[in-house]
Amino acid sequence: MSPGTRAARGIVVLGAGLLTLTVAALLSVMVGTRPIDPGIVLDALLHADPQNPDHLVVLTQRIPRTVIGVLAGTALAAAGGMMQGLTRNPLADPGLLGVNAGASFAVLTAITVLGLTQPSAFVWFAFLGAALAAVAVYAIGSAGRDGATPAKLALTGAAVTAGLTSLSMLVLTTNTTALNTYRFWSVGSLTGRGLSEAWFVAPVIGAGLVLALITAAGLNLLALGDDTARGLGHSVRRTRTLAMIAIVLLCGSATAIAGPLVFVGLVVPHVARALVGTDYRWIVAAGIPLGGVLLVGADVLGRVVAAPAELEAGLIVAFLGAPALMSLVLRRRPVSL
Amino acid sequence: MTHRSAPTTPSLRARTLGAGYPDRTVLDGLELTVSPGRVSVLIGANASGKSTLLSTLARLIPPLAGTVELDGTDIHAIPRRTLARTLGILPQHPVAPDGLTVAELVARGRYPHRGLFGRWTAADTAAVDEALAATGTAPLAERRIGALSGGQRQRAWIAMVLAQDPRILLLDEPTTFLDLSHQLEVLDLLVRLNRERGTTVVVVLHDLNLAARYADELVVMSRGAVIAQGRPADVLTPSVVSEAFGLEALIIPDPLTTTPLVVPVPGGVRASADET
Repeated sequence: MSPGTRAARGIVVLGAGLLTLTVAALLSVMVGTRPIDPGIVLDALLHADPQNPDHLVVLTQRIPRTVIGVLAGTALAAAGGMMQGLTRNPLADPGLLGVNAGASFAVLTAITVLGLTQPSAFVWFAFLGAALAAVAVYAIGSAGRDGATPAKLALTGAAVTAGLTSLSMLVLTTNTTALNTYRFWSVGSLTGRGLSEAWFVAPVIGAGLVLALITAAGLNLLALGDDTARGLGHSVRRTRTLAMIAIVLLCGSATAIAGPLVFVGLVVPHVARALVGTDYRWIVAAGIPLGGVLLVGADVLGRVVAAPAELEAGLIVAFLGAPALMSLVLRRRPVSL
Repeated sequence: MTHRSAPTTPSLRARTLGAGYPDRTVLDGLELTVSPGRVSVLIGANASGKSTLLSTLARLIPPLAGTVELDGTDIHAIPRRTLARTLGILPQHPVAPDGLTVAELVARGRYPHRGLFGRWTAADTAAVDEALAATGTAPLAERRIGALSGGQRQRAWIAMVLAQDPRILLLDEPTTFLDLSHQLEVLDLLVRLNRERGTTVVVVLHDLNLAARYADELVVMSRGAVIAQGRPADVLTPSVVSEAFGLEALIIPDPLTTTPLVVPVPGGVRASADET
C-alpha cells in the first residue's frame, strides 16, 4: 500500500467505525428490560420529566452505562495497541503492565481497610493503583544498561501482576465481605457508576488518546528493532516513556470506571491491524471507535441474552473475544513480531 | 537533500575509543579514521569488537571513553535526526513486524528527513523509488517482508537504509545466512552504491577472501583494537592473519582478481585466539 491508499483505507475504517459506534450507542440507550423508543430517548434528553419512569431509566442508567462503555472501550483499545507496539508482543494487552492487578489490589484495600462499598468510590483507588503498578513496572523494567526493553517490561509486568494478585487472593480468601463487594467490580461491569465518574476520567482519557496518537508514529520505528530505530535518528527512550504515560492514563481510567476488563485491549488492536495494516497510527486510531463498539455492543448483548437478568459486559467480551482472536490468528501465517 | 551535492564526503573518526559493558571492556583506546568515499571492510575474530565498534560509530551505544567524531564534531553533540541524515546503519539482526510490505519498510527509512508532522513529500517518494530501483526490489514492493527469501529480504533492508540517503553507511554482517551468490549480489550492490553515489561504506564481513576482493581498505581488529588498516594486498599477510585469527595460512594472489586469497594450513588453528 502506498501512503496515500493506506490513509484512504484508514479513513474509511475510521468512518465506518464511528458510524457503528453511533448505532451501538443508540441501541444501548434503547435496549433493556424496559425497551424504550428513540422518540422517548430524544424527549428525555431535550425536556426531562423526573416523574416519567422511562426518562429516569434513560438518564440515570442507560446513558451513564453507554458513556462509560464508550470511554472504557475506546481507552482500552488504544492502550492495547500502544502496549503491543511498545513490547513488540502480539499477545500484549494493557493488563501485562500490572495495571489491572494494581487497580484490583487498590480497590480491595479500599474495601477492607476503609470499608468502602460503592463502586463510584472505587474509581479513585483503581486509578491510583493502576498508575502506581505501571510506574513500578516501568521503573524496575528500565533498570540496567539497555533501558526498558520489551522483554524486561513484559517479565517485570508479569512478576508484579503475580505478586499483587496473590496478595489480593490472600485478602479475598480471608474476608468474605470484601469478596462479595469485589467480585462484581472485578468482572468488568458498566453499571453502578454514575456520569460524574465518567466526566472525571473523560479528560484524562482524552489526554491519553492525544498522546497515544502522537506517539504511535514512533512505535512504527520501534517495530523495526531498537537499533534500527536509533539508526534512523529516533529517540527510543522518549517514545517508550511517552507510550507508557499514554497507557497508564488510558488504562488507569478505563479500569477505574469499568473494572479490570480483559480482552478488549488484546482483540481490538488485532481487528484494527487486519483492517488497516501495520501502521500503529492507524491501528490506534481505528481502535478508538472499534473498542467502544465492542464494549457497548457486549453490554447490549448481555442485556438481551439473559433477559430479564443481565450478564456483565466483561463476560460477554471474553466470550466473543476468544473465538474472534483465534480466527484472526488462524487466518494469518505464523506471527513473528 | 542538499548534502548529496556537498563537495566533500564527511569524515568519521574514533579517538581513544572505549566501549563495552561494566564488567567487560570490548574496545580499549581504539583509534580509527574511516577513509571517506571508500569501501572499508572490518574483519576480525568473533568477540574482537567489530559489532561493538560499528554500534559505537553509529551512536547506538554510548562510548565509555573517547569520542566518535563526524567532521570533527562529537556525534553525541549532533541532534539525532541530523546525524541520521548523514550516517546510516543496518544492524545485524533487523526485525520486521508481521505483514509489513517492502514498500512500507523502505518508506520508514525516510524518517530522519521528514518534518515535525511527518508529511509525505514528493522528495520522499522519489527517494523510496530510487532505493527500490537501486536494490532491484521494485518488483517486490508490495510483497510482505516475511514472504521473501533471505537474499531478497537483505536487499529490502538495504533499500531502507538507502532511502535514508546517508553519506556514510555502516552494515553489520549483511551477508550472514546468505548463500554465496546472494553474498556476492549484496556486496556488488554496496560497491555500486559507493561508486555511483560516493557513499562511504563500512561493512563487517566474516569471509576473508570476499573481504579482500571487495574492500578498498581492510580494517583488521583483534581484542578490541585495530591492528592493521590499509589495502588488502598490504594488510592481509600471514602474520596479521595469525595475530587476528590464530590461524596459520598461506596467502596467494586470487587467480581472477589478484587480491589476496587466504588458504588455511590444515591443522593450523591455534586454540581460541580471541579469548586468551
